[in-house]
Amino acid sequence: MAKTTRVKNKRLKAAAGSGKSRATGAPKWVGQPIRRVEEDRLVRGKGIFVDDQKLTGMLHIRFVRSSYGHAKITRVDVTKAAALPGVVCTLTGAEVKGLVKPFIEIGPDVGQKIADYPMAVDKVVYQGEPVAAVVAENRMAAEDAAELVEVEYEPLPPVMTAEDALKEGSLVHPGMGTNRNWHGVFEYGDMEKAFKQADHVVHIDRLHFHRFSSTPLECNAMIAVWDSRSERIEYWSNNSFPSFAAQFLSPALGVRIDQILMKSFDIGGGFGIKITNYPYMALCALASRKAGDRPVKWTETRTEHMQASAHGNERTFLDTRVALDKNGVITAIDSRHVDDCGAYPRYEPLGCVIWAQVLPGSYRVRNIRIDMNQVVTNKCPVGPNRGYSRMQQLWFLERVLDICGHSLGIPTDEMRLRNYIRKNEMPYETPNGCVYDSGDYAGMLAMGKTLVGWDDWKRKQAAAREEGRWIGLGIGSTLDSGTNNFGQARIINAGAPFSGQSKAAIAKLDIYGEVVISMGSVPQGQGHETTAAQVVADVLGVSPGHVKVKPGFDTEQNAYTGHTGTYASQFAVTGLSAIHGAATKLRKEMSRLAAWALKAKEKDLEFGVGAQGPEVRDKRSKKSINYWALANIVNVNNAGMPEKLWDVTLNCRHVYHAPFQLPDVKKKFGNLTLTYAAQIHVAVVEVDRDTFQPKILAYACVDDCGRAINPRIVEGQVHGCTAHGIGAALMEDCAYDGDGNLLASTFSDYTPITAMNMPDLLYGHMESPSPFTFNGAKGMGEGGAAPVHTICAALQDALYSKGVIINDSHNTGDSIFLAVQRAGTGGFASSVRIEHRRAAGRSAR
Amino acid sequence: MSGVEKILVHVRVNGEPREALVEPRTLLVELLREHFNLTGTHIGCDTTYCGACTVLLNGRTTKSCTMFAPMAEGGEIITVEGLSKDGELHPVQQAFAECHGLQCGFCTPGLLLSTVHLLSKTRKPSEKEIRKGIAGNTCRCTGYQNILKAVRAAAAEMGKS
Repeated sequence: MAKTTRVKNKRLKAAAGSGKSRATGAPKWVGQPIRRVEEDRLVRGKGIFVDDQKLTGMLHIRFVRSSYGHAKITRVDVTKAAALPGVVCTLTGAEVKGLVKPFIEIGPDVGQKIADYPMAVDKVVYQGEPVAAVVAENRMAAEDAAELVEVEYEPLPPVMTAEDALKEGSLVHPGMGTNRNWHGVFEYGDMEKAFKQADHVVHIDRLHFHRFSSTPLECNAMIAVWDSRSERIEYWSNNSFPSFAAQFLSPALGVRIDQILMKSFDIGGGFGIKITNYPYMALCALASRKAGDRPVKWTETRTEHMQASAHGNERTFLDTRVALDKNGVITAIDSRHVDDCGAYPRYEPLGCVIWAQVLPGSYRVRNIRIDMNQVVTNKCPVGPNRGYSRMQQLWFLERVLDICGHSLGIPTDEMRLRNYIRKNEMPYETPNGCVYDSGDYAGMLAMGKTLVGWDDWKRKQAAAREEGRWIGLGIGSTLDSGTNNFGQARIINAGAPFSGQSKAAIAKLDIYGEVVISMGSVPQGQGHETTAAQVVADVLGVSPGHVKVKPGFDTEQNAYTGHTGTYASQFAVTGLSAIHGAATKLRKEMSRLAAWALKAKEKDLEFGVGAQGPEVRDKRSKKSINYWALANIVNVNNAGMPEKLWDVTLNCRHVYHAPFQLPDVKKKFGNLTLTYAAQIHVAVVEVDRDTFQPKILAYACVDDCGRAINPRIVEGQVHGCTAHGIGAALMEDCAYDGDGNLLASTFSDYTPITAMNMPDLLYGHMESPSPFTFNGAKGMGEGGAAPVHTICAALQDALYSKGVIINDSHNTGDSIFLAVQRAGTGGFASSVRIEHRRAAGRSAR
Repeated sequence: MSGVEKILVHVRVNGEPREALVEPRTLLVELLREHFNLTGTHIGCDTTYCGACTVLLNGRTTKSCTMFAPMAEGGEIITVEGLSKDGELHPVQQAFAECHGLQCGFCTPGLLLSTVHLLSKTRKPSEKEIRKGIAGNTCRCTGYQNILKAVRAAAAEMGKS
């Protein structure tokens, strides 16, 4: 039985305390489902996306890409391309090698032996890898010229599966001497004892989480200008983690960080996939310099995006052993996981630890041993796709739970209730030192079951079975861990100079009294402008309409730290805490200034909106001063301002630091994330007896992200991540053939989910405020691929009696047909084996 | 290729006569975005799947990434920029904004035009007609829930008049 553990982390306790003291009265705007300020420009078609931008003298770059997954490059000839009218210059891999240093590698040891150049140098390692580029006056000339580039290859045997990679028959990066770029064992508790005492042991030979991508509708895009006069590289791009990109670009291009300027305005979705577009940023900068400092634009095509931007991580789970007690409580899990990061690690091998943020998922199991491996293969490099690395672990745990439940004859809802971490155990410290801040998983499940009509469906399911129909009910329990501690990078590489988490923001009272916020985030549709305005409005006692939040990211606003970007479900915590802090500092300055101007005491002042707009009032004298007058004193009318106020700038920068400590690298122990939002989904799925096509009959999602800043935005995020998960579970698959060809290189092949396949969602919301954030909010939005777990659970329920084990995260009519066929010829005995150790165990059935 | 004779294309865009001299292979979406600087129409997939490039051509929804500009010769085109009148949002735009029927906004122009077209043909569309009406438009952010809500709201609002 799980033991309740007390949280000893001092910094978390301090954060919890300060949260209460910092709150300034009951919020008026935070918590309101107000309409987003972003909507107006976007419904008018007046968003500014990168490809909408045109700069004077702008050129266009086109990449020539490998048609092979793995091949030696024997010849690259750009002569004919260079001679085409309109072509300004070309780039080849050999040339690029002379101009840049390989990108830094996060992984230790063999990982350091990978030479990741932004363009293939002497061999290609995935289909779509750039081998040359053409820069021309217009897009068409660049496309024409690219077709004239001659490249010859000598094909090499491609490495296409994790298992093949481990056989080391063909090496993706011969310099590594292996295909395994990371290995580590995460072991907690007493495994031997747990298995010795088990009433049942379930063995599962292989589970597989497939490759997919959230494929933002706007592909990668950027404009680069490497200006030799200012010695700066200026980017307009849709990179969503500019501080990370800059830290990769700076050493590769041999420039200082301050020479790299990044700007974005509107971004057409990201979901993490745009974090790793920096190799193209390097190439566009080189192209600009070679073209005589002219701006170079790259707008990725969808096929380029599918083949050569980033996919989500693929993971295979081998030789899993699960120990259970007589009541079906899981007491230990032992498994070997092999993550496939594609051809280059880039953001990896961080995914080899990020899953450990949710090591036990929402369950109380204390004895866990995961032998974690990551391999390189001849596939597109992976990137942190929505639900990054945690969704693979959560899916694995949910499969384990369902397979065990069905094997022991325990209903899957009951199985979860017996294993869930209890509400009264929060904050709960996991076996590896992560602290789940709050949550009520059993309560969420109850809500989900009510929403979907569980009991009613159970009856319908039984009746349908009588008629020979296959209906299944499934539950998916998902944690959306947010605000990551970069210290976990040290578990990957003890020498990694990263830890903690921070965000910066600036609140300014501008010359005519405008409240202007620089967020330091990189929004891609999450409504940051709106939620920021809600938070600031509450601090200053105004309405969100009085707060001007600058859209997009701009290095020159100086509202960034080394962690700045929009990723890891954290804006509601880190971004809004920074903004709240900056606005609070501004309020303090305004208060000091107003006290002097009104000859009042600060304690008698109140902030609000008067006849002349936002103002500060003296409650005693009833005199007030508006924002224009306050700003005027400091900005343009400051003779006579007393010296004691000279430190008032009305331009207040605040950096929020998440309360983290360094993890214990040897024990792989520490708090890896600050908040744990949860989603419990419940689905009813029917498999058609003729076509084997799965169809969703009912779907409920319950979310709990602590205090919701804007419930309308939260609900929208839940809808969105649910659609991604349903698409991934039933339709979307970045599958390759054995020769290294991506089989879904257009949307027509990949078939992103449409309104025709998307079911109506029943939505429920709970709030378990986080004790670790100033306003009780938790980051959210990734949703951890909740529907993938849920739909697989429903399919398992529908097909268990047919002898089918759902062992893949992607299930279509074809694959289900094959699974049923296989089950008919020998059952699933080969993939799942159950040992009943004690007689008492059997009575639990 | 260079040396190919360019073609003068004449169209009316959002009520205004426009013309441009273009290579014959220029796509309609390129004509709008590159030559007329109407950047509200987007390109999402290049293969007619996602509908970010949807415009109205002679009253019908057209995926402008899958049509050459010269094929639109003499045509009447409505883009997202032509939906609002004197700064006032079109009821469909209003409904999308009110219902949070968008997040990143990249697919939105195409969805607005598909909705405008649907509601011009079908005053009171059924649930099935609504879904079919926007089947050719991919949204990666919203999961369609609030888009469907917005289309229903727009249908109700426009049905009043």
